Amino acid sequence: MTAVSRTATPSRAAGQGDTVQGDAVPMVSIRGVGKSFGTNEVLRDIDLTVNKSEVVCLIGPSGSGKSTLLRCINFLEVYDRGEIRIEGKLVGYSEDTPRRRLSNRDLRDLRRNVGMVFQQFNLWPHMTALENVAEALVQVRGMDKVAATSHARRMLDRVGLAAKADSYPARLSGGQQQRVAIARVIAMEPHLMLFDEPTSALDPELVGEVLQVMRDLAADGMTMVVVTHEMGFAANVADKVAFLDRGRIAAFGTPREVFHESTEPRVQQFLQTYHERNSF
Amino acid sequence: MKFSVIIDAFPYLLGAAVTTIWVSLLGVLLGQVIGVVVCVARQSGGRVADMAGGVYVSFFRGVPLLIQLLLIYYMLPLIGIDVPPLVASIAALGLASGAYVSEIYRGALNAVPHGQSEAALALGFPGSSIWTRILLPQAFRISVPALVNELILLLKASSLISVVGVAELTRTSQTISASNYRPLEIYLAAGLIYLAINGALALFGTLVERRLQQA
Repeated sequence: MTAVSRTATPSRAAGQGDTVQGDAVPMVSIRGVGKSFGTNEVLRDIDLTVNKSEVVCLIGPSGSGKSTLLRCINFLEVYDRGEIRIEGKLVGYSEDTPRRRLSNRDLRDLRRNVGMVFQQFNLWPHMTALENVAEALVQVRGMDKVAATSHARRMLDRVGLAAKADSYPARLSGGQQQRVAIARVIAMEPHLMLFDEPTSALDPELVGEVLQVMRDLAADGMTMVVVTHEMGFAANVADKVAFLDRGRIAAFGTPREVFHESTEPRVQQFLQTYHERNSF
Repeated sequence: MKFSVIIDAFPYLLGAAVTTIWVSLLGVLLGQVIGVVVCVARQSGGRVADMAGGVYVSFFRGVPLLIQLLLIYYMLPLIGIDVPPLVASIAALGLASGAYVSEIYRGALNAVPHGQSEAALALGFPGSSIWTRILLPQAFRISVPALVNELILLLKASSLISVVGVAELTRTSQTISASNYRPLEIYLAAGLIYLAINGALALFGTLVERRLQQA
């Protein structure tokens, strides 16, 4: 269905498991991060490391803070305590002065390398699929329109939607819209991709095509942090799974460790509920 | 009723209608510019800009256009600025329209989902591009019906500028009927011309809406 190459890159193989590799700086390093909305503590003392080419899935009950944590990584959400680093660079705050916010320009430089895919796709309805993908190349990368358009066409081809280049989002299915949204992000050649429940707004029969594109990206060595309720994806594609509950990481490890070997009662209960909901 | 009166006066009325149209158009353009600037300033320019915009909107929405026009026409010469009637008229129409337009856009911007600008922000768009490429084009689409409405209201309101002596459709009708003593025929003709212009505007609005819906 998609034209993405399935060949695993060497960097991906290196990313599996062993963290003390030649390239010591992790893609994402989260240390002691906390956040409150008023008196409500939504994130408490989060530690999480994502190495290059790793796929990390954040799972857990709704309201557990997984989307908030994801949105802190590109500073769409402001975190109050601790620090988040992407490729060693502090996210959102100045290195020199503690807790001084980065300028908008510095934030933009950081976000250029971090792609985000949203639950509601967030395609721009007044632009065609092709224009949606090309726009950031022009506005952010400063490419000229011709080059941006041809690059955008290749990206649509990568997610199997070359034929829909001139369609407006309203004419596309949810699955197609989400694939355009992914093309829009990969066109920017991000070092890291964040997925915020990318299949939760889709009809069940459209989930597969989006997950396939994500699988292909993972196989290509993309570093991905994925908030998801698709336990099958987490079990089969993720290198690491973090289970969040009430703002804390209650369990962390390989999918096997979290899904089959964890003795944490909240994980057990969550998976129990999940299985009951998905059995007839 | 003598229709020959209308036929005799028609060329003059048409000429005056052209003045009505272009004065209104300039007023609308000025109103659009002011409306967008005020709206963007209030949404993203901080507390002071928001308050200044709020004062502007309440004044120009709350004071009758006729009073605004007379204030501009009689007050500016007092501080040494000599304004020709036409300029005062266009300024008054534009300032009044801008207040309404900024509110129309404010409502439309609130109707654009938050995720639209968030997607651009996450991709690293500069703030100015988020406004010009993502938010304003969508706000404009949502606003089209309200903007056409505003255009029609403004064209009718332009009859008020007759009081400062601009020879637009209403003023010209007054002049003609004062000399031929046929007010009924002349004002009827003027009314029909206003109706025709606004009918054309409404049709134009429908076409624009349909065109935008295809996208």
